[in-house]
Amino acid sequence: MKAERPPLRRREGSPWTGLWAVTLKELGDHLSSARMRLLEGLILLTALGTVSAAIQTLRTTVGEDPFLFLRIFTTSQQAGDIDYSFVLFLSFLIPLAAIALGFDAVNGEYNRRTLSRVLSQPIYRDALLAGKFLAGLFTLAITLLALWLLVTGLGIFRLGVIPSGEEVGRGLLFFIATVAYAGIWLALAMLFSVQFRQPATSALAALAVWLFFAVFWPILTGIVAQVVRPADNPFAELAQIQLRLALSRLSPNTLYAEVLLSLLSPETRALGPVLITQLEGAVRGALPLSQSLLLAWPQFTGMIAAVLLLFAGTYVLFQRQEIRA
Amino acid sequence: MTAVIEAVGLIKRYGPVVAVDDLNLTIPSGEVYGLLGPNGSGKTTTILMLLGLTEPTAGQVRVLGDDPSRNPLAVKRQVGYLPDSVGFYDELSARENLRYTAELNGLARDDAETRIDEVLTRMGLRDVATRRVGAYSRGMRQRLGLADVLLKRPQVAILDEPTMGLDPEGALEFLDMIRGLKADGITVLLASHLLHQVQAVCDRVGLFHQGRIVLEGTVDALSERVLGGAYRIHLEVDGQAQALEGTLSAVPGVVRVMRESPRGYLVEAKSDVRGAVAHRVVAAGGALLSLRLERLGLDEVYARYFQEVRHEG
Repeated sequence: MKAERPPLRRREGSPWTGLWAVTLKELGDHLSSARMRLLEGLILLTALGTVSAAIQTLRTTVGEDPFLFLRIFTTSQQAGDIDYSFVLFLSFLIPLAAIALGFDAVNGEYNRRTLSRVLSQPIYRDALLAGKFLAGLFTLAITLLALWLLVTGLGIFRLGVIPSGEEVGRGLLFFIATVAYAGIWLALAMLFSVQFRQPATSALAALAVWLFFAVFWPILTGIVAQVVRPADNPFAELAQIQLRLALSRLSPNTLYAEVLLSLLSPETRALGPVLITQLEGAVRGALPLSQSLLLAWPQFTGMIAAVLLLFAGTYVLFQRQEIRA
Repeated sequence: MTAVIEAVGLIKRYGPVVAVDDLNLTIPSGEVYGLLGPNGSGKTTTILMLLGLTEPTAGQVRVLGDDPSRNPLAVKRQVGYLPDSVGFYDELSARENLRYTAELNGLARDDAETRIDEVLTRMGLRDVATRRVGAYSRGMRQRLGLADVLLKRPQVAILDEPTMGLDPEGALEFLDMIRGLKADGITVLLASHLLHQVQAVCDRVGLFHQGRIVLEGTVDALSERVLGGAYRIHLEVDGQAQALEGTLSAVPGVVRVMRESPRGYLVEAKSDVRGAVAHRVVAAGGALLSLRLERLGLDEVYARYFQEVRHEG
């Protein structure tokens, strides 16, 4: 043997070998874990609470609204000073659930000392990482699908109306958007689980990012926009609003909120500032589903791109990591 | 005999640190090879390179004819690896853990169950197969680790510190199981720092030091080479003990005489001089209570070798 290796010879064998074995094992772990049961209980309780309150309100307007089933998700109630609705709770709990499923994905294997044993089986690292991600995503999708069906069923039962085809279509797209939103946080949590050896550190890091986008980002965008584009005349004011919107769209929370707005409130015609002159001659009423989807399409693809980017980052980081502690 | 594992000029650097330095290793089929050396001498890094879990900085590796860094799946299908302090999913039972391994190896369900029963029985874990692995003792975990290795019916088994943390009895039992692997025709590569434990099962050993194999051969050949065929004789003598040191030193072939205790002597010689020593003791009027020839092990070989290296340095 001589030391001559052709540069960049491809590795042989499929990177997907063992993917299903990993996915099914992780899925089983997730579905039977106490962690997931706790979150499912929490989501179910808040869902039931908000939805039955929404239905109570909606019963007075049955027959007047063509999108009754979408209102179940979006109608907000007041409790003291706080407005709350089903989608609001969901956008709050989904990141939490996704982080809970992903924060110890890889460092947990290190700490249990199972990683080298698993990777010495005939699989690539790709399969382990992708399998874990898919299992997390499936777990969330199963929970969300069950939740969506439950809420719809509750609506049919309590309101006595069946959802129209368009409402079902919008509901399904809402479900897909929610899974994509969950995917962002899952991928982020997994990224940290590769980066940090301690599960507690990676959980805290993921929660910190979530808190940053949920609480500080809206404040920050306001301040930055004010400083960069002071509003001393109407045009500058518009520029300020647009800058603030552009900045806030860097947050997955904004993207998700805008997708929900256009999907669940069909009367939404624009996701930014609209001038009076632009409304001149406009026909009042709801947009068809295809137009609502078109409106939210950039946000939709933005969320999917974020998932892919975060997963790719995790993948690169994991491939470069040494197996031994 | 064909070489099952072959490494030529293998180098692994982590930044400025050289973990494995120009390693050459050839292990023929059916051999039990001991890769021995202190912690941090590069044993585990070498193993990871053999499995394709870490990329060598330079050099060539062939395991069963395949390059592990280019075709790792083919290598890992035929090579079982028991990592240093192996871990399992504690919340699952032994059977469930093995089932996961079987699935990762792509075994069909029926075949997997047959094999799982087979390896559990062989490792004496059949009765506790449904218990959570979290409740297992260290020895049971280690046996489950070996069961995990055997599940894929490997041609090569690589065991990293297999006896560490086991009580003496458990270690002996485990070494017996390793002998069983050899009987099955499995080539075994054993990495350990517990030289005295593993020297009994290894056909050949390589002593590792700072990323290099500094000595290689059978245990006997190594002690011959390093210790120069030294013989150490322990004596226990009663009465007239004062004068004996001089008497013993006069025996031809004796290099050194040391007094270990009021009644005990240690004689180092170039040849087996037990007869002459006993004769002299008795002739000098001493009562010979016991006389024992000590067989030197790898620990002494290792210690002596590095003593010499340090002296030269």
